[in-house]
Amino acid sequence: MEHNSPTRKTLWIFAVIGVLVYALVPVIWIISLSLKKPDSIGDGSFLPTQWTLDNYTTAFKTGFFTAALRNSIGIALIATLLALVLASMAAYAITRLDFPGKTAILAGALAITMFPAISIVGGLYNVWRQIGLYDTWIGLILPYLSFSLPLSIYILAAFFREIPWDLERAAQMDGATPMQAFRRVILPLAVPGVFTAGILAFIAAWNDFLFANVLTATNASRTAPVALSYFTGASQFQQPAGAIAAGAVIVTVPILIMVLIFQRRIVSGLTAGAVKG
Amino acid sequence: MANVAVDAPSPLTPSAPRAATGLTDRAKAERKLGLMLCAPAVVVMLFVAGFPILYAFWLSLHRADLRFPSLDRWVGFDNYASVLTSHTWWQDLANTLIITVFSVTIELVLGMLIAQAMYRAIFARTWIRVAVLVPYGAVTVVAAFAWRLAFDPATGFVPSLFNLTTPPLTTRAGSFFVIILSEVWKTTPFIALLLLGGLALIPDDLYKAAKVDGATSLQRFWRITMPLIKPALMVALLFRTLDAFRIYDTVYIMTNGANNTASVSLLGYQQLVNRLNLGLGSTISVLIFCCVILIALAFSKFLGASPQRR
Repeated sequence: MEHNSPTRKTLWIFAVIGVLVYALVPVIWIISLSLKKPDSIGDGSFLPTQWTLDNYTTAFKTGFFTAALRNSIGIALIATLLALVLASMAAYAITRLDFPGKTAILAGALAITMFPAISIVGGLYNVWRQIGLYDTWIGLILPYLSFSLPLSIYILAAFFREIPWDLERAAQMDGATPMQAFRRVILPLAVPGVFTAGILAFIAAWNDFLFANVLTATNASRTAPVALSYFTGASQFQQPAGAIAAGAVIVTVPILIMVLIFQRRIVSGLTAGAVKG
Repeated sequence: MANVAVDAPSPLTPSAPRAATGLTDRAKAERKLGLMLCAPAVVVMLFVAGFPILYAFWLSLHRADLRFPSLDRWVGFDNYASVLTSHTWWQDLANTLIITVFSVTIELVLGMLIAQAMYRAIFARTWIRVAVLVPYGAVTVVAAFAWRLAFDPATGFVPSLFNLTTPPLTTRAGSFFVIILSEVWKTTPFIALLLLGGLALIPDDLYKAAKVDGATSLQRFWRITMPLIKPALMVALLFRTLDAFRIYDTVYIMTNGANNTASVSLLGYQQLVNRLNLGLGSTISVLIFCCVILIALAFSKFLGASPQRR
C-alpha cells in the first residue's frame, strides 16, 4: 500500500494526535483540578497556576474515603475471585464435557448480562434488609456476581475453546500422570484466559455505582465511587471540587495502571471470540 | 466463531464407544461431572439475578411502602396503571431514549473511525491502543465528575474557553449535551475495540483485489468493510443500546434528574430509595426490564443481531 506518501503521513499524525487528545484530555483535566489550590479552583484555567497536594490530604482527612477505598478493594477482589472459581468450573464443563443443557446455561448467562441492574436491586434491597445483608460486604459481593459471573463464563469459554486439549493426551502418552499433564500443560495455557476474565470482572465490580449506592449506608461497606458522591464541603449543599477531583484520581489511577500493563489481555478479552487472544 | 452449541466430541471418552441405545457408563459419568461443575454457577446466577426479578414482579403487584408497612396489600396491576398513566414515566422514558439514541449513534460513527485508525495505523499503534483504553478504564462516576466539573463555571475551564454565558448544566439541552458527551467519551473505546475485532477478520486480499479493479477507498469501505463487519457492528450496537438504556450513574452525578433529564433507572431508584415505595419502584424496574427485552427482540428480529455469533 502507499504507506509512505507525505500527505498520508501528515494525515496519520493528525489522526493519532486526535485520538490521544480525545482520550487523555478529561483525565489530565481531573488530575490538574486535583492539584489546584482551593482559591484558584474557579480561575477557569486548564492547568493549575500553583500546584498543591492539599486536596489529597483533604480527601483522606475524615477517614471515610479511606474506609471506602478499603471496601472497594476488598469487595471487588472477593467478587472477582469467586466469579473466577465458579466460572472456570462451568466454562471447563461447557467446552470439554458432553452434557445436556449447556447451551441453555450459556444462553442464560448471556441473558443475565443484559439484565438492567435497577431491576435486580429493588428486590435485593428488601431481602437484604430482612436477612441482615444490607450494608455488608457479602451484600455487595453477591449482586456483583450477577454481572461478573456471566462475563467470566463467556470469556473463559471463548478462551478454553482455543486451547489445544490434545496436548494433554500427548503428554499422558509420553508418561505424564493426568495431574502432571494438567498442571504442566493445560494450566499454563489456561492461566492467561483466567487472568483476562479476572481483570475485566474486577474493573466491572470497581466501576459499579447503582448496587453500591442502594445497598450500602455507612463506612462498613460503602465503596469509593459512592463515597465520591458523598463528599461534602463547607455547607451541605456545596461539593468540594478539589477533594472530589483528588478522590477521583485515586479511584482511577490503580485501574489505569492495570489497563496499561495488561492492555493486550484486555483487548483480547473484550473481543473474546471475535479475535484470537 | 464456532457456535457454542457445536462442540467437538470430547476426547475424554476416546475408548468408550457409544451404544445406539442408552449411554455408556463413561458418558453418564461425564454428564454428571458436567452438571456438577456447572451447578454452583447456575445456582448463584439464579439467586442473584433470576430470583430478584421474579421478586420485583411480585412486589410490583402489591402496595408495598416501607413508610406504611401496615398498609401492604395485593393490588393487582394498579401500580402498572398508575405508572403508565403518569407523565413522569413517559417523560423519563423519552429522556432515556434521547440519551440512548444520540450516544449510541455518535459512538458507532466515532468508534468506526477509531477502529479504522487503530487497524491501519502505520505507527504509534501501541500508543493509540493504550490511549483508547484510558476512557474504558476510567470509572463512570469519575468520568461524569470530570466532565461536570469541566462544564461548571465555578470550577471548569470550558465556560471561559468557549465564552458560554449560561452554564450548560442549568439548561435541559446543555445537560443532555454534557451527559451524552460523558457517555460517548467513556464507552466509544469499547465499540472501537469490538469493531477492530471485526476488521481484523476481513481478509486483506479482498481490498487488494478491489483496488486492482479500481474501487475507490469510499467504495471499498461501503462494499467490503461494511457488509463484512456487520455481525460485529450489530453485536456492538445491541450491547451498547441495552447498556445506554439503563443509564444511571452519569445522570445521577451530572444533574440527579434536574432540568428534566432523569432517566428511567434514576426514576426507579428515586422511588425505591428516596420514597421507599417498593411497589411503585418495582413496577418501574419490571417495566424497564420489559423495555430491555423488547429492544433485544427488535434487534434480533429486524437487524439480525445475534450475540451467539460471537
